[in-house]
Amino acid sequence: MKVLVAVKRVVDYNVKVRPKADGSDVDTANVKMSINPFCEIAVEEAVRLKEKGVVSEIVVVSMGSKQCQEQIRTALALGADRGILVETDEELQPLGVAKCLKAIVEKEEPQMVIMGKQSIDGDNNQTGQMLGALTGMAQGTFASEVVVEDGSAKVTREIDGGLQTVELKLPAIVTTDLRLNEPRYASLPNIMKAKKKPLDTTSPDELGVDIAPRFKTLKVEPPAERQAGVKVADVAELVEKLKNEAKVI
Amino acid sequence: MSILVIAEHDNAELKGATLNTIAAAKAIGDDIHVLVAGADCGAVAEAAAKVEGVSKVLVADNAAYGHQLAENVAKLVADLGKDYGHILAPATTTGKNMLPRAAALLDVQPISDIIAVESADTFKRPIYAGNVIATVQSSDAIKVVSVRATAFDAVVAEGGSADVTAVDIADDAGVSSFVGEELAESDRPDLTSAKVVISGGRGMQNGENFEMLYKVADKLGAAVGASRAAVDAGFVPNDMQVGQTGKIVAPDLYIAVGISGAIQHLAGMKDSKIIVAINKDEEAPIFSVADYGLVADLFDAVPELETKL
Repeated sequence: MKVLVAVKRVVDYNVKVRPKADGSDVDTANVKMSINPFCEIAVEEAVRLKEKGVVSEIVVVSMGSKQCQEQIRTALALGADRGILVETDEELQPLGVAKCLKAIVEKEEPQMVIMGKQSIDGDNNQTGQMLGALTGMAQGTFASEVVVEDGSAKVTREIDGGLQTVELKLPAIVTTDLRLNEPRYASLPNIMKAKKKPLDTTSPDELGVDIAPRFKTLKVEPPAERQAGVKVADVAELVEKLKNEAKVI
Repeated sequence: MSILVIAEHDNAELKGATLNTIAAAKAIGDDIHVLVAGADCGAVAEAAAKVEGVSKVLVADNAAYGHQLAENVAKLVADLGKDYGHILAPATTTGKNMLPRAAALLDVQPISDIIAVESADTFKRPIYAGNVIATVQSSDAIKVVSVRATAFDAVVAEGGSADVTAVDIADDAGVSSFVGEELAESDRPDLTSAKVVISGGRGMQNGENFEMLYKVADKLGAAVGASRAAVDAGFVPNDMQVGQTGKIVAPDLYIAVGISGAIQHLAGMKDSKIIVAINKDEEAPIFSVADYGLVADLFDAVPELETKL
């Protein structure tokens, strides 16, 4: 079966971003960009399903500026077969992304869409669920295990109380949580090979999708800073302070 | 326009996060309705009717909603929600799973995980693991919003007397089914609502050593959490993870044991009132947010703490 994997280009998870001085946006000039960690887990899961013989083709799609090609190439180096870039320099919000993905799904007809549960920049945790609504497909969000058999997928989900397992009719959407797998590193030969893999470019216009933003970011600001407190010498002093100074125990 | 709040519950009990979400609703407007979608969930509807500020409770009691399958509940929420100005749900795993699906059915871009209501269409929310707070204004006709429970003080659960109305909708999308679940059994308080939380990190070295934290927790009436590193290493299960993509906690006292303090962990606990860090590495970033830092070997300090409490 064919799998579609969506990947997002985000500020690397090790970078601590700051708002611009005028509070208009986050300062992303000259910071390292990477594939969103949850998306990397999605690529890895697709590759493992291919290695098990469950999946025959992995198509990876990304949306945004021309530079998103880098993240698509990373996914191709990890084992995806071909890429699609939906190129736009406009601001993308999750609903617009879900609509573009729906158009790609109609064209590619994958049996499964695997994507990250959230991106570490916007922290929205929406796109997979919205793609589910737009396509009518079932969704297995926050997945920690995926088993495909007989036209259905059993997905174990990380929920607040523990773990929940649901069975989804295919085609279905899976969004990845941290424990689904540990992504591999791309080998140098695979990075070289990835450069020759096909990568098509389209656009929201070509897909007939309206991506007009639905919310406006009025300002961004740093959170209230916590001040570092004091170091205590020993456990006795800690307990004394918690009792008499902070009065929390 | 009225506000629809989606109740978080397990068919038996109304969960606390619902009360925080209703508090957010009260910051937006007055006419607050609560939807209880579940199976054999009459007791939950009765509890919701008593909550301060609720004017109406809608109950959709059907097997299709018993396990909160997003495919079924989102359809119900979209069908009912189209007549409302706002639809709110707690930003729990249940809310996060269902609400965006309902929003997309309504052609609405939802606003996730708000921490403040600025006006009926403008909200504050953390982005980049809480390193940045964005103020966003929705232009959609219906505002679909998930609410970070720890950012709003819960409304009182008693004293109200709202009408309870049964909803005659029962849609099973037929694409998904519940297989089973493994829920953590614990006599300790719930992590997200506990007044005291003690969490362990990679420094705990293994799952057995968490026993030290459980002992302290039992003396303090605390919940026990963990960093991602401890969960990834298999020391403890996923439902204990505190952080950007785990649980968000804001107790009166948070004790971080053997946790270095990656920004992803800080995102989940830095709104705690008092933070204590116990770590043998005095350079650990956790000390930069801790009110009280103890540079010590946790294997000495934690048992000593237990005896001194």
